[in-house]
Amino acid sequence: MTWHARSIAELANALERRELSSVELTRHFLERIGALNGALNALITVTAERALAEAAVADRRRAAGERGPLLGIPLIHKDIFCTDGVRTSCGSRMLDNFVAPYDATVVARLKAAGAVMLGKANMDEFAMGSSNETSFYGPVHNPWDLDKVPGGSSGGSAAAVAARLAPFSTGTDTGGSIRQPAALSGITGIKPTYGRVSRYGMIAFASSLDQAGVFARSAADAAIALGAIAGFDPRDSTSVDVPVPDYAATLDGPLAGLRIGLVKEFSEALEPRNGALIAAALDVFRSLGAKTTTVSLPSLPLSVPTYYVVAPAECSSNLSRFDGVRFGYRCTDPKDLRDLYERSRGEGFGAEVKRRIMTGTYVLSAGYFDAYYLKAQKVRQLIAGEFGAAFQQVDLLIGPTTPTPAFGIGAKIDDPVTMYLNDIYTIGANLAGLPAISAPCGFVEGLPMGVQLIGPPFSEGRLLNAVHRYQLATDWHDRAAPGYA
Amino acid sequence: MMKDWEVVIGLEIHAQLATRSKIFSGAATAYGAAPNTQACLVDLAYPGVLPVLNAEAVRMAVKFGLAIGAQIAERSIFARKNYFYPDLPKGYQISQYELPIVGRGALEIVLDDGTTQRIGITRAHLEEDAGKSLHEGLANATGIDLNRAGTPLLEIVSEPDMRSAKEAVAYMKKVHTLVRYLEICDGNMQEGSFRCDANVSVRPRGSEKFGTRAEIKNLNSFRFVEKAIQHEVARQIELIENGGTVVQETRLYDSDRDETRSMRSKEEANDYRYFPDPDLLPLAIDRAFIESVRASLPELPDQKAARFASDYQLSRYDAGVLSASRETGAYFEAVVARVGAAHAKLAANWVMGELSSALNRENLEIDASRVAPPALGGLLERIVDGTISGKIAKEVFEAMWSEGRDADAIIEAKGLRQITDVGAIAKAIDEVVAANPKQLADYRAGKDKLFGFFVGQVMKATAGKANPAQLNDLLKAKLGGG
Repeated sequence: MTWHARSIAELANALERRELSSVELTRHFLERIGALNGALNALITVTAERALAEAAVADRRRAAGERGPLLGIPLIHKDIFCTDGVRTSCGSRMLDNFVAPYDATVVARLKAAGAVMLGKANMDEFAMGSSNETSFYGPVHNPWDLDKVPGGSSGGSAAAVAARLAPFSTGTDTGGSIRQPAALSGITGIKPTYGRVSRYGMIAFASSLDQAGVFARSAADAAIALGAIAGFDPRDSTSVDVPVPDYAATLDGPLAGLRIGLVKEFSEALEPRNGALIAAALDVFRSLGAKTTTVSLPSLPLSVPTYYVVAPAECSSNLSRFDGVRFGYRCTDPKDLRDLYERSRGEGFGAEVKRRIMTGTYVLSAGYFDAYYLKAQKVRQLIAGEFGAAFQQVDLLIGPTTPTPAFGIGAKIDDPVTMYLNDIYTIGANLAGLPAISAPCGFVEGLPMGVQLIGPPFSEGRLLNAVHRYQLATDWHDRAAPGYA
Repeated sequence: MMKDWEVVIGLEIHAQLATRSKIFSGAATAYGAAPNTQACLVDLAYPGVLPVLNAEAVRMAVKFGLAIGAQIAERSIFARKNYFYPDLPKGYQISQYELPIVGRGALEIVLDDGTTQRIGITRAHLEEDAGKSLHEGLANATGIDLNRAGTPLLEIVSEPDMRSAKEAVAYMKKVHTLVRYLEICDGNMQEGSFRCDANVSVRPRGSEKFGTRAEIKNLNSFRFVEKAIQHEVARQIELIENGGTVVQETRLYDSDRDETRSMRSKEEANDYRYFPDPDLLPLAIDRAFIESVRASLPELPDQKAARFASDYQLSRYDAGVLSASRETGAYFEAVVARVGAAHAKLAANWVMGELSSALNRENLEIDASRVAPPALGGLLERIVDGTISGKIAKEVFEAMWSEGRDADAIIEAKGLRQITDVGAIAKAIDEVVAANPKQLADYRAGKDKLFGFFVGQVMKATAGKANPAQLNDLLKAKLGGG
């Protein structure tokens, strides 16, 4: 088997047995990126020289007796994470010239674990999008069909892992931006509990919803990667000081007696082929000993409108710092301060970002605040409460990740509302701050689909365990996109 | 006909909290550093950075709240105030809007006629300061200095309870005294550590309804507060009496021209789009923390003044002046410790008189006085025991101030010991009387005022050292008796 098809554990073993060095492994992935990224556009920046240097350091650390599941393992960071000395564009013209002067906590933790950064992944501009088409650097192509989107906003991270350009990658999920592209690209993606992973150094879209997570081909790989980035960070006031369990150690636990609830609101009106895949996944879980039932969360259908008030409100404020004064894009020859602001922002931001800034500004305005922002916060409370009640009855919730498989590049970009509805199944977990995972569960029209599991706060270990057992019983996650095996 | 107008004033005071680091970052807050050398990535609002609340700023705000008898919110919320300006790096200021940390409280001020007035404090909240725009020495450009960005401020909002510029100043001074007592603000108004905005309106006396107010921004001296309000009141009254109406607006005080100017009207005002800052969790303050802060409170100005008045039999005015700062109170009490509580009034007079003018002359703070409290006490002891007169004591004090020696050394060296020997004084009187027969005759003919002439001549003859009481008695006897 070629190196890029191996799991993280297998690669770590190979490194440990000196079957190859991290430098060799890194070179292998860099060559793959060189050969394949042109068609995929999954990476905005490839940091080859730096990667080889980091790999050499990892090799020396291992030679000095250090162990570690990620020591010398390559990865790709979503270009939303600040990386010291490397351009951090956030998929925007606004930050096309921005070289971050520091490492995000996620980046620093992976560096400390010895992981080797191959480059920075393409993404929807400022993580606003569900197709990776809003990127200043152009759309990412889905390895399963280059005319299709990989999903978004972490489209580059998902496509890169699906195309086996790296064993794992980082992503962020504000309304589904890890799970939806994981589903559409046929890989595994986990969004942890809000506060589980530090947001420090992760360029903010909607602060109360943003959460960093990982993409990998399997739950077993995701468990290793998540274990490295999770944990309290005093630099993020919203990070939670709860010990990080050894996710890899609990992967194999039996599912006997596990109570899984099918979300009624997710399964209603589901496209039949999608519904059949979810039903099949339920069968697998039952065969593994889980008990399944149906659970209703009546307010869940309000997730999308609620999200499209809260997220734009926060982004309209978060993105005010991009003003052409201290860093990032500045228009040429501003004639006064107002002109500097208007043209720097007008030229630096793309259409979707501007749409959300305007929406957010509107919902926070005097006279509209109560009707939109305040009401949305109340609905958010309601949804969180219904999730809480559901977890009194079941251990995990289950449903589809997306309504449809990957759609064509250009098919929805001019219709924002249709695009927003892509996240109809994923947004609820963000509003309630819950951990959720998407794993491959079959194909529709030759394109991968995902099943989503949602758990109560800090149940990442349980989610990874459930998906790992599912993946031991199925092989959807092992299928490679044609041409990328 | 001129109507009788009532002035209504409320103040928003910004006190810069004396924390070592900023309210949401670890950068230093020291004043006067080279531009942008005390601004870290958080202060510069770099992409990805996050705020972390400074616990010391919270402690200081709670201290203030307890000192004004206010409710401390068990849960308070930081909110974003959104507007664009180059000295506001994030494009929003983190402040508190609904649910501030300090709720309703009050302070008492003493008016000129000796009566007291209660000034309500609506709230006090924590927020961050903005940076500064620099124009000097820059052609065709504006410089931005973000050293001040993120400095913690406590904004103290009063009720519209003040009725004159003088009351506003008295209240502001009261708050100024309090924050320095609490050691939560250095009170340095020149550096902008303590400044205020004044909301000013007028209404016909007896009217229940408030007039339309104007807000005068950024007043950074007591004198400017007084003058700006006086000017604004006169402007509003003149405007109304000439048939105009006051518009709600923000005005700036120009101290060079002593006038206020419109900055922006209500219509031009920003919609700040306040909303809870999602980067900061609600601030929870528990009982135990509040009690630990309460236990750390020093004696407050009003408590100290009351104690001075009762323990030392001082007038309310004297007690107020001597408790105006912790340092003044400590100095006074150290002098009293030397000279004795029975002579506290003498100590008070000297601290407020000679010492205060000497300090003013050289622009020194009391804790930098050239005459230390025990030394001043030693001087006062010589007045009390009759070694020197009060008048001579002033001379000795000046010598102590400039030479740094103690009172006894100066009295000895200069031979200033008071003459209490009756014979010596009587001899001097005899000589003066003998030398001035015409004045003696005039005095005896009824020109009583000449008594002072004789006193002066005897004092001159004794180099001011004659005991004044003895001199008085002996001279009266001599002039009266013939």
